Amino acid sequence: MGSIEDFRSEAHDWIEANLPSELRVGNRKDLPKELLGAWIQAMASRGWVAPEWPTEYGGGGLDRSHAAALRAELKAFRAPVVGGFGTQMLGPTLLELGTDAQKEEFLPGICKHETKWCQGYSEPGAGSDLASLQTRAVLEGDEYVITGQKIWTTGADRADWIFCLVRTDPEAPKHEGISFILFPMDQPGVEVSPLRLIDGSEDFSQVFFNGARAKASHVIGPVNGGWTVAKRLLQHERTTDGGSEGGITGAQKETYADVVKREVGFDNGVLADPVLRQRLASQEQEAAALSLTMRRAREEARAGQTARDIGSLGKYRWANMVKGEQDLAMLALGAHGLGWEGPGFEDTQLERTRAWLSTRSDSIWGGTNEVQLNVIAKRVLHIPE
Amino acid sequence: MGLILSDDQLILRDMARSFCEEKSPVERMRTLRDNQDETGFTRALWKEMAELGWVGIPFPEDLGGSDMGYGELGVVLAECGRVLAPEPFLSTVLLGGNAILLGGQESLQKELLPGVCSGDRLLALAFQEHGRFSPYHVETRAVATGSEFRVSGEKLFVLDGHVADQIVTVVRSSGEAGDREGLTLLVIDSGAPGVTVQRTTMMDGRNAARVSFNETPVDAGRLLGEVGHGADVLDPVFDRATVALCAEMFGSFEEAFERTLEYLKTREQFGVKIGSFQALRHRIAHMFGELEFARSVLLDAQTSIDEGRDDVAECASAVKARCSDVASLIGAEAVQMHGGIGMTDEEETGLFFKRLKAAEFTLGDAVYHRNRYAGLRGY
Ligand SMILES: Cc1cc2nc3c(=O)[nH]c(=O)nc-3n(C[C@H](O)[C@H](O)[C@H](O)COP(=O)(O)OP(=O)(O)OC[C@H]3O[C@@H](n4cnc5c(N)ncnc54)[C@H](O)[C@@H]3O)c2cc1C
Repeated sequence: MGSIEDFRSEAHDWIEANLPSELRVGNRKDLPKELLGAWIQAMASRGWVAPEWPTEYGGGGLDRSHAAALRAELKAFRAPVVGGFGTQMLGPTLLELGTDAQKEEFLPGICKHETKWCQGYSEPGAGSDLASLQTRAVLEGDEYVITGQKIWTTGADRADWIFCLVRTDPEAPKHEGISFILFPMDQPGVEVSPLRLIDGSEDFSQVFFNGARAKASHVIGPVNGGWTVAKRLLQHERTTDGGSEGGITGAQKETYADVVKREVGFDNGVLADPVLRQRLASQEQEAAALSLTMRRAREEARAGQTARDIGSLGKYRWANMVKGEQDLAMLALGAHGLGWEGPGFEDTQLERTRAWLSTRSDSIWGGTNEVQLNVIAKRVLHIPE
Repeated sequence: MGLILSDDQLILRDMARSFCEEKSPVERMRTLRDNQDETGFTRALWKEMAELGWVGIPFPEDLGGSDMGYGELGVVLAECGRVLAPEPFLSTVLLGGNAILLGGQESLQKELLPGVCSGDRLLALAFQEHGRFSPYHVETRAVATGSEFRVSGEKLFVLDGHVADQIVTVVRSSGEAGDREGLTLLVIDSGAPGVTVQRTTMMDGRNAARVSFNETPVDAGRLLGEVGHGADVLDPVFDRATVALCAEMFGSFEEAFERTLEYLKTREQFGVKIGSFQALRHRIAHMFGELEFARSVLLDAQTSIDEGRDDVAECASAVKARCSDVASLIGAEAVQMHGGIGMTDEEETGLFFKRLKAAEFTLGDAVYHRNRYAGLRGY
């Protein structure tokens, strides 16, 4: 691999040549579909949808620092982020725990961004207490037959496949009878019923399984050993790069700080409200501290120093941070932040309302804040329960 | 890099830790306090620290220093903070010493700094005139007459002022209280005519003094920086001292955190360890997060000085705002989670609590530094 500088300038030139200006606006939901599709294809052709995965599966084969340089370049161009459950969660887990056949079958589809995945973990009775899940899978020949219900399944209505936690041994203690299995969504035994969220979107669904079928060879890890796989995947889910205003909200053209400055105004060069000025300084310091802490964890790992697992800490602080940013923007907007739709409000104001609502979920999905604190107390601080 | 300790820094940390544990358990600080020791720290120990090269860390070798960085100084200060050692790093090295290093003529540096590095000379910086930190709010006046100044006014909270040989004093030569322009820095011998030093004892057992000047004559050769532009020297002095103070605070609240964590694992009530109560588990998990974030921001601030980055002021305010808040949180939670014993003078938690509160207010609290940070960031 060449020097980072050379690679970075090569990546820069490539993005300049391939990324149309209409797409240089961050992660907006209303991006022109055809342009976006072409961009994803171009990225996939270089393996850059999954820059750190091996080239044999369609990844970019880059090491960590080259991949970081690529991400930095993409960010500088405000390129839309290509990825999702496949690249962020399932892929890394398969690379570690899948068989060669499973990797060959599933990773290329993720790298080409052809297969969309969803995550079938939560059930009506199993949220924070995920291991109490009840969805059953029974072996019939070389297939499992699945019956039960999942809920809060993000993107289920658009997904081609699901990675799902199912109970394969109802007699075993609750953590020991679970398997991690993959199956297609487009089949008779699967029914998806979208749910509307407080921000008005229909991003997640209830999913009912009534005799859905999965190949026995699509169990990841050992049968009844799915809990370990599930936890490993959660670690990938909780990994944050400390990005501000991230999460399930699209990044607006204006940052929350821009909104605060514009709405509050200045008095002799100083933000006119002293309390909001303090809060803006706190938020900016928190964002800097989060990304420094994530960087420090990477440096510690690289230097082989004992790194404490700060995945849960990062998720917890990140959730509070992004919620705090939107809270602050809302405070500055006042009544302008209360618009729901239609005339009378600017688009950016309407987007803020929705962003504020949708970021409420950041302290819930992927393990609630309370669950993250439980994990820190138990696994990091080792306080007996 | 800079966000992790280098191998050399790890060695230094281990050395400083065994030195402090052996020669300066928290008990020593208590004894100094209870005996109302006239120095307030241990001169012999300060000499030893000087011989190890720690006192001279930020000074160049030709002035007797050991020419290391704030990364190294931070490692030593954090260990001092863990045992609440009251030795005069802040007053002598970081405030008085840095003012002379950054603002003094070569001759003045050669006269005064080797004695600082060897642990013989003690310095103080007299700046504060009000309760809350407000560095340009200076009314102490200097009037220039021929080749000397005449200084009159009163200073508060002059750390270790009762033992300082020289007091670097911030005076106003023009303008009005609050103006950044018009400040001047003068090195004044504590025995000079018209100087009165009144020792004051503080909640954390340390000493600061009220120092008054009545027509005190100061030779023009004792000037640091330029007349009326003292703030150009003062600002970077405060930035460095602030970052270093945060390193000491970090050591103190890390120790307070670890002791509290241990208490949660050992103290029993209702037949179980109190650490099994979720109300306490969540709070200490949150404290852990605060501690880890403070560590990152501190290491970055130290690096900003050592690498000569242009964002030192921003980093200094970011780290002091954070460490002030974390000191306040961990100090208060340490007392609360210890229950009644935490309120006793005999148990050491209270000693950490009180030191952390004093340090929180030293060189600006969180509100001050968030305001300053906002100003530096253009809002
Ligand atoms: C936007 C969004 C997207 C999501 N996407 C997916 C998805 O794609 N796939 C999927 O499987 N799931 C998804 N989830 C579900 C998510 O993982 C769960 O909502 C979450 O784990 C919490 O479970 P629950 O909703 O059942 O709440 P509960 O577990 O019932 O929690 C209710 C409250 O009790 C608290 N609580 C629970 N247990 C404890 C405890 N031991 N100690 C202290 N407090 C506790 C919780 O913190 C919470 O405040 C999504 C959720 C959201 C909001």
